[in-house]
Amino acid sequence: MGLHHLDYLDELESESIHIFREVAGQFEKPALLFSGGKDSIVLVHLALKAFRPGKFPFPLVHIDTGHNFPEALEFRDSLVKTIDEKLIVSKVEDTIKERRLTEQKGKFASRNQLQTYTLLDTIEENGFDACIGGARRDEEKARAKERIFSVRDEFGQWDPKRQRPELWNIYNGKINKGENVRVFPISNWTELDIWNYIRREKIDLPSIYFAHNREVLEYDGQYVAVSGFIRIDETDIIINKKVRYRTVGDMTCTAAVASNASTIDDIINEITATKTSERGETRIDDKVSEAAMEDRKKNGYF
Amino acid sequence: MDILRFITAGSVDDGKSTLIGRLLYDSKSIMIDQLEAIEKQTKNREAGEIDLALLTDGLRAEREQGITIDVAYKYFSTPKRKFIIADAPGHIQYTRNMVTGASNSDLIIILIDARSGVVEQTRRHSIIASLLNMPQVIVAVNKMDLVDYSQDVYNNIVIEYAELAKALNLNDVSYIPISALKGDNIVEKSSSFTWYDGDSLLHLLENVEVEKAVNLEKARFPIQYVIRPQTEALHDYRGYAGKITSGIFRRGDKVAVLPSGLHSVIKNIEVDGGRQVEEAFAPQSIVLHLEDDIDISRGDVIVQSNEVPETTKELEVLLCWMDNKPLVAGNKYLLQMNSTRVRSVIKDIEFKLDVNSLEKHPAPEKVGLNDIVKAVIKTSQPVVHDSYKALRTSGGAILIDETSNVTVGACMIQ
Ligand SMILES: Nc1nc2c(ncn2[C@@H]2O[C@H](COP(=O)(O)OP(=O)(O)O)[C@@H](O)[C@H]2O)c(=O)[nH]1
Repeated sequence: MGLHHLDYLDELESESIHIFREVAGQFEKPALLFSGGKDSIVLVHLALKAFRPGKFPFPLVHIDTGHNFPEALEFRDSLVKTIDEKLIVSKVEDTIKERRLTEQKGKFASRNQLQTYTLLDTIEENGFDACIGGARRDEEKARAKERIFSVRDEFGQWDPKRQRPELWNIYNGKINKGENVRVFPISNWTELDIWNYIRREKIDLPSIYFAHNREVLEYDGQYVAVSGFIRIDETDIIINKKVRYRTVGDMTCTAAVASNASTIDDIINEITATKTSERGETRIDDKVSEAAMEDRKKNGYF
Repeated sequence: MDILRFITAGSVDDGKSTLIGRLLYDSKSIMIDQLEAIEKQTKNREAGEIDLALLTDGLRAEREQGITIDVAYKYFSTPKRKFIIADAPGHIQYTRNMVTGASNSDLIIILIDARSGVVEQTRRHSIIASLLNMPQVIVAVNKMDLVDYSQDVYNNIVIEYAELAKALNLNDVSYIPISALKGDNIVEKSSSFTWYDGDSLLHLLENVEVEKAVNLEKARFPIQYVIRPQTEALHDYRGYAGKITSGIFRRGDKVAVLPSGLHSVIKNIEVDGGRQVEEAFAPQSIVLHLEDDIDISRGDVIVQSNEVPETTKELEVLLCWMDNKPLVAGNKYLLQMNSTRVRSVIKDIEFKLDVNSLEKHPAPEKVGLNDIVKAVIKTSQPVVHDSYKALRTSGGAILIDETSNVTVGACMIQ
């Protein structure tokens, strides 16, 4: 590799920093949607590189479903303290009460659908005109066509037919009042890129990403953590298993994978060898229909 | 390990989706659950064979219509390189998607069906590749299994395409015979081609020089954002944040700030949120500090004093129109280039380019979606620019409709 030639992680990093700074340059009131997972932790790391020694030109926003892994919440609070930035927490619980929404029923009743309401309310209340998220195009087919700057109408809706062409590295963030733009700085990263970057940059992660013993029930080939948020039936067999998480979402809809990987190196080895995609392996909700993600995107979910 | 961004182009049914599916499949970038989903959808297939094309059909509307309507991005990597594929659909009406996909690519794979040879779509795609100044072209002659892997068929297509390439000034063209369906010459060289002594497609992709896509001669640094912590400790800190789009900057370099034309010297270069370095180069994102306290803001461009780009209020452009509403001379649009945004007016439309024949039709009456025209644009403020042919990263601009906010045009500055 030549003297003036960037390694792929450096190139991805630079592209993401550029996107962050475009947000800062083009919008009045951006926000960074922080989910507590590794992708949003990487976003924070990139934002530090983009704006330090200055402050972030946006707060972190956590849409809190109330179904979090306690480890993820602890991590969130300690991260926010370390970087000394503003955090806004919006609780789905509050939206449910205020708007008298009906909660899902069933074994793994999830608030995934409902968090869209909280997100849209938070955007409106705060007047956010850009929301930065950690979605990647390699995650899912409907996302492969997502723009880096993705315009949403005032209902948060995504219209695949109305997407703006994105040329060179020019991002058009012009919007009308009431609209907002979802911005995805790590669109071009894959799961493996993220892990390699975490290793290289020595980024801290919540402990649940590494193998640990946990009470789980096996359901449809997946391991779901035993918690107060899911219904345990008499026929369920609860086992203690060594597991780790590949994604960190809600306890109700994120499954663990059996694993002995206790370091980042182990994890990268496992991912390289594994044959199931991140979403397929760990999202209980996506299997419902081929078009599930597309529908949720259209309705204002990321 | 580095990154190669490429786009694939071909007429409908030339096998583009199959080729991409094959690359992902054979490089083991497809996961079991994704395969299961495809297997479920694969209809009317011989047992054991799956429809690799289904991997790239993203949206429901597309699946229902059985066509691709928008640029999709796909990823795979080998130990040598990470690949980003812009998959642009091949229908006649989608010039706009191809222009979009090509604008971010360093290489284009043009697919040709061995049975039909160079067709109108091949010309169109090649013309667009040439207009967008694609650094490298690979012509993949597909479906060779249907012509008995014939060397004659292949050679004739190569000869025919070479003429086209010459006419279009496409200088860096490689050729390869493949069968995307059978996997011949995709990842491994296939024994079906006894007469072919070149490399497999993947080998080609792994070894083309990507450095060519980055210009290290002409230094350009568009400012995106000014970092001013305004804390007691960093009271006077004023850092210009941006990405070097081309060239190299070193501490102590004499620089000019455009469009104002003021001069200064680089005092410091920072990366990683504060670490100082001696030099930085494209495409790094950095923070620059200058010796002098001059008024600089987003949209300004810092360049080396001894090599300065044009700064004018009039631009001659090749313009690809991307909106359903027609382009009308005299209309006003916002012109955005890197981080600069100015008002502009379309002064004159000289000619419309026929993207099948390269013929120029002067003074066109109507310019609609997917048309490419030569136009003169006048801007409210001087715009710092290079010619697109000389420097892709500072010769491309977009037009934004101020009433709809939509991106309606792509400009290649002449
Ligand atoms: N025999 C043969 N058929 C192919 C080859 N590549 C693609 N096809 C078939 O050609 C048809 C169109 O391919 P597809 O990938 O959907 O084309 P696209 O429209 O360019 O994406 C499908 O039926 C493929 O199976 C090839 O190399 N050999």
